[in-house]
Amino acid sequence: MDLVQMQKSLQDYTKSLFLEGVLDSQFLQLQQLQDESNPDFVSQVVTLFFQDSDRILNDLSLSLDQQVVDFKKVDPHVHQLKGSSSSIGAQRVKNACVVFRNFCEQQNVEACHRCLQQVKQEYYLVKNRLETLFKLEQQIVASGGMIPAMELGF
Amino acid sequence: MAVGEVMRMEIPASGDLSVTSPELHVLAVDDSIVDRKVIERLLRISACKVTTVESGTRALQYLGLDGDKGASGLNDLKVNLIVTDYSMPGLTGYDLLKKIKESSAFREIPVVIMSSENILPRIEQCLKEGAEDFLLKPVKLADVKRIKELIMRNEAEDCKTISHSNKRKLAEGIDTPSPSSSSSHDYSSVKDFPSSKRMKSESENLSSLL
Repeated sequence: MDLVQMQKSLQDYTKSLFLEGVLDSQFLQLQQLQDESNPDFVSQVVTLFFQDSDRILNDLSLSLDQQVVDFKKVDPHVHQLKGSSSSIGAQRVKNACVVFRNFCEQQNVEACHRCLQQVKQEYYLVKNRLETLFKLEQQIVASGGMIPAMELGF
Repeated sequence: MAVGEVMRMEIPASGDLSVTSPELHVLAVDDSIVDRKVIERLLRISACKVTTVESGTRALQYLGLDGDKGASGLNDLKVNLIVTDYSMPGLTGYDLLKKIKESSAFREIPVVIMSSENILPRIEQCLKEGAEDFLLKPVKLADVKRIKELIMRNEAEDCKTISHSNKRKLAEGIDTPSPSSSSSHDYSSVKDFPSSKRMKSESENLSSLL
C-alpha cells in the first residue's frame, strides 16, 4: 500500500469511529493538542487511560464480587472511569458508566454486574480500535509520511 | 498581597497578551492521572507554566499552607492561578477553595473549579465561596483560553485601579483607601466586579450542554 492509500485508510478508519460513536469530539480536542513539539501526546494520554482503566476495572470486579457489595466503594470507581473516558473522548465507555452509576445509586447488584460487563465490552472495543489507529499512524510515519489532519466535514 | 503586585502587566496596543506578558504559573489539582495530563497540556499550549498535583492536600503542601505552620511560601514560583477538580477523595475542590480563601497570603489567587457534573447548587456554592469560574469537564482549549484571558484582564484592571487611586491620592492630597489593592479588605467587595462575567460563563457552561 502506498503512502496516500495508507493516509486515506487512516482517515476513513478514524471517521468510522466517530460515526459509530466510539469516539466523540473530545478526541479531536486531544489531536489538536498534538504538534511537532509533542508528537505523541494523544498516544501518551490514551496509554495512561488504558493503564488507569485496567486498574479501575480490576477494582470494580473485586468490589462487585464481595458477599456484601459496598456501593460507597463501587460508585467512585465508576465515576473515575466515566471521567477519564470522557476526557479522551471514549463516548460509549462514558455512556456505559452513566448507566452503571444509576444502578449503583439504586444499589442493584444484579444490574451492576451487567453494567460492568457492558463497560468492559465498550472499553475493550475502544482499546482495540485505538490500538489499530495508532498502528496505522505508525505505518504512515515509518513510510516517511505525515498524519493527515482530521477533516470535520461529516 | 494584591495579585496585580505579583506580575507587572504590560498590555501592548495590539491586545495580544500572549506575546509580551509574563507567563502565568498555574497550579492544577486533579486526582485523575488522565485529566492531569490533559490539563497540563492545555495550559502549556496556552503559554502557562504548570505544576500538577494529585490532591488538595498536596496542593496545600505545595503552597506551604499545610498543617499548623501557616503560609510560608515554600514553593519556588509564585502561583497566579489554581485550577482544581471538584470531586476528589479527601479534600474536595470546594474544601481546597475554602482553605485558600481563608488564607491571608493566598486568598487573592484566583481559583477555578472543574467538574464533570453540571450541578447548579454546586456551581453556586463555589462561586459564592469566591471561585473565579467553573469549568465543565471535559475541559477544552477554548475554556482554558477564556480563563487565561479572564485572569489576565482582572490583573490588568487591578493594576489600573491601583495606579488611578494613587493619582487621585496625589491630586487630592488625602489619604483615601484604594478600592481593590489591599487584601485586608472584605473579599466580597473586591469580587463584586467580575461577578457579571461569572454569571455569563455559568450560563455559557450550561448552554454548551443544550
